[in-house]
Amino acid sequence: MAGPMKMRATLNGGVTDVRVLMTHPMETGQRKDPDGKLVPLHFIQNVTLKVNGKTVVESQISQGISRNPVFTFRIKGGAKGDRIEVSWIDNHGETNQTETAVA
Amino acid sequence: MNPLRRTLLAAAAAIVLKPLAALAATWNKDGFGAKTTADALKTLGATQPLPSKDLLIEAPEIAENGAVVPIEITSNVPGTTSIAVLIDKNPFPLVGKFDFMEGALPFVKLNAKVGETSEVRVVAEARGKHYVATQEIKVTIGGCGG
Repeated sequence: MAGPMKMRATLNGGVTDVRVLMTHPMETGQRKDPDGKLVPLHFIQNVTLKVNGKTVVESQISQGISRNPVFTFRIKGGAKGDRIEVSWIDNHGETNQTETAVA
Repeated sequence: MNPLRRTLLAAAAAIVLKPLAALAATWNKDGFGAKTTADALKTLGATQPLPSKDLLIEAPEIAENGAVVPIEITSNVPGTTSIAVLIDKNPFPLVGKFDFMEGALPFVKLNAKVGETSEVRVVAEARGKHYVATQEIKVTIGGCGG
């Protein structure tokens, strides 16, 4: 089950900063568990950022991104109350999403 | 064989399968599977990117913990539509590619794993051309172990 996400979108001098945190192990497939068995590859592959329903950033990422990924994106302009949505999908097909309003 | 049942099943399958297809977003399997920067760059169509001073990397020169290295990238190259981030010495150098559409600024900040001291290489695409900037990150504790 996908863990919680956290997101904050703040308007600052004509630019909206979107900072999003995802809960995910981002396993590289090279790490061994305490029994010496390889922990299988498990990582987020795609992250999408939408503003008021319109996609503005499409990301493809690898297991080289740190555990519990944190990303900051920037949106040109924006207004207080704009709806920001971020969703992800991992290599197991698990997904999660969150949304917030620009503050 | 019950024709009505067949029709209903087909309709149900169409409803269930369609959203699944929509979820299957693009993922550059060859690029992310490449073991060298050169091979990864080939999959991005960026074999000979032009060095650019308008591509800014903000990252620590020395990372104490390679498991979480913050890297901030800003492209001031006009018309930038994508930014790719590679860590040359990682087992799989390409860590991310970000496509920016109308409304987004060509900027991203992320945390990457850096296994050992390496160049971080940022490749931006703008108006059909590729641009590159690099910065070395020294790692005292690797990021790919336990």
